[in-house]
Amino acid sequence: MSADPNLPEETANPAVDGTELIRFDHVTKRFGAHTVLDSLDFTVSSGKHVTLIGPSGSGKTTILRLLMTLLTPDEGTIKVGGDYLTHEEKGGRLVPAGEKHTREVRKNIGMVFQQFNLFPNMKVLRNITEAPVHVLGLGKEAAEERARGLLDLVGLTDHVDKYPTQLSGGQQQRVAIARALAMRPQVLLLDEVTSALDPELVAGVLDVLRDIAHTTDITMLCVTHEMNFARDISDDVLMFDAGRVIESGTPEKIFTEPEHERTREFLSAVL
Amino acid sequence: MNTWSWGYVGDILPDLLKGLWITVQATLYGSLVSFALGLVWALALRSPSRRLTWPVSIVVEFIRNTPLLVQLFFLFFVLPGWGLTFPPLATGVIGLGLHYSTFTAEVYRAGIDGVPAGQWEAATALSLPRRRTWSAVILPQAFRRVVPVLGNYVIAMFKDTPMLAAITVGDMLFQANSISAATFDYMEPITVVGVLFIVISYPTSLLLRALERRLVR
Ligand SMILES: Nc1ncnc2c1ncn2[C@@H]1O[C@H](COP(=O)(O)OP(=O)(O)OP(=O)(O)O)[C@@H](O)[C@H]1O
Ligand SMILES: [Mg+2]
Repeated sequence: MSADPNLPEETANPAVDGTELIRFDHVTKRFGAHTVLDSLDFTVSSGKHVTLIGPSGSGKTTILRLLMTLLTPDEGTIKVGGDYLTHEEKGGRLVPAGEKHTREVRKNIGMVFQQFNLFPNMKVLRNITEAPVHVLGLGKEAAEERARGLLDLVGLTDHVDKYPTQLSGGQQQRVAIARALAMRPQVLLLDEVTSALDPELVAGVLDVLRDIAHTTDITMLCVTHEMNFARDISDDVLMFDAGRVIESGTPEKIFTEPEHERTREFLSAVL
Repeated sequence: MNTWSWGYVGDILPDLLKGLWITVQATLYGSLVSFALGLVWALALRSPSRRLTWPVSIVVEFIRNTPLLVQLFFLFFVLPGWGLTFPPLATGVIGLGLHYSTFTAEVYRAGIDGVPAGQWEAATALSLPRRRTWSAVILPQAFRRVVPVLGNYVIAMFKDTPMLAAITVGDMLFQANSISAATFDYMEPITVVGVLFIVISYPTSLLLRALERRLVR
């Protein structure tokens, strides 16, 4: 990399190989006087499924929202696929990114929200085709074909012509998953996507996500309290506390022999 | 004492209906102007640029807080002095539209604010362009909320149209007034005008309520 003094040092995470997809470098995020993320470093390799766990308020949602550019970091940089997300290089200097640059980098990222956030004024099919048509420039037919394929994947082929309010929470969330996937993102962010669902609807949504995790090479960054699900799909589990990664490893290691006392406490509370 | 004369009512009705037609036109065009202009204000006031929001909010507050009749007089008597002359009805439509746009702007603002933050976030997560976010996601949802309220402002505007008589627009009140001035008999013309107003505005408000029930599901 360049030796320009304006660029941040990139020595914090030595794991620079060709497959690194997400990189947080010294990312700090504050809300007022409250520092939620404190010079956070971590990387996610392409194709990996990473689960973030940690107590309430530890900053898990904040990380996903930073990646989705719903928040901007106060310090540090985030890279996705080798490009800066909220910065861009101009004449060797790192400056806050313009709308256009951020949009380009962000296209690689999709997100599913706890509250679904489907567009209630659009039928299911158009919820899914809207962005492929108006962001990727896909033709209407091609977008609808893609949407139908995804609705098949999430088991909702019979519901194309319904409005979101005519669906159950579980069905809405599966539409939201299809909507995110329709953009063919490299990264899928999942923030407690089953927390707002009635208990009997959780399994259907998790099954769909398991299916996607096992049959596609999409990178997943997942915040969940469903520890069995996390164990099934994760390559890595990151344990957060007070805005830092205090422990990481395979699900087997984290769930069966955690090293950190905080991790043990947290797991005994949720398992 | 005057006694009610149906024959007199029959004689004056054609002129009053002509006036009613002018009244309805003024309301319809005035509403359209206020809907469009109000949206312009509402969007301008959301601009991140202070240089835009500042003058717009001053203009909007000024118009909102001065009487419609004064504005109509200004448009009708002062502007021609600056070389801007419009026919009375057009002046009335501009006046009504401009005045009410400051209220519809507020209605739009509330409607836009009522769209949950999650909708903006979903649009960002899908990288929808700003324009598309407004036109396909935010405004359609805001409109559902604002249509009934806008309807109430249409009725209010309808009831304000008699002010146009003051700038020689031949609306119902103007007609009634001219007739009465000639016959010295005010009772029938003014009563019929009142009846015509309620015959239109009451069913309209019922219709609006039905529409509201349909839209706000
Ligand atoms: N918009 C905001 N304004 C102020 N404080 C915020 C905001 N968003 C988050 N916070 C604070 O930041 C901290 C981290 O929040 P975050 O939502 O990232 O936690 P979390 O790990 O996702 O927790 P949970 O498991 O409860 O969802 C919390 O203390 C929260 O109160
Ligand atoms: Mg959270």
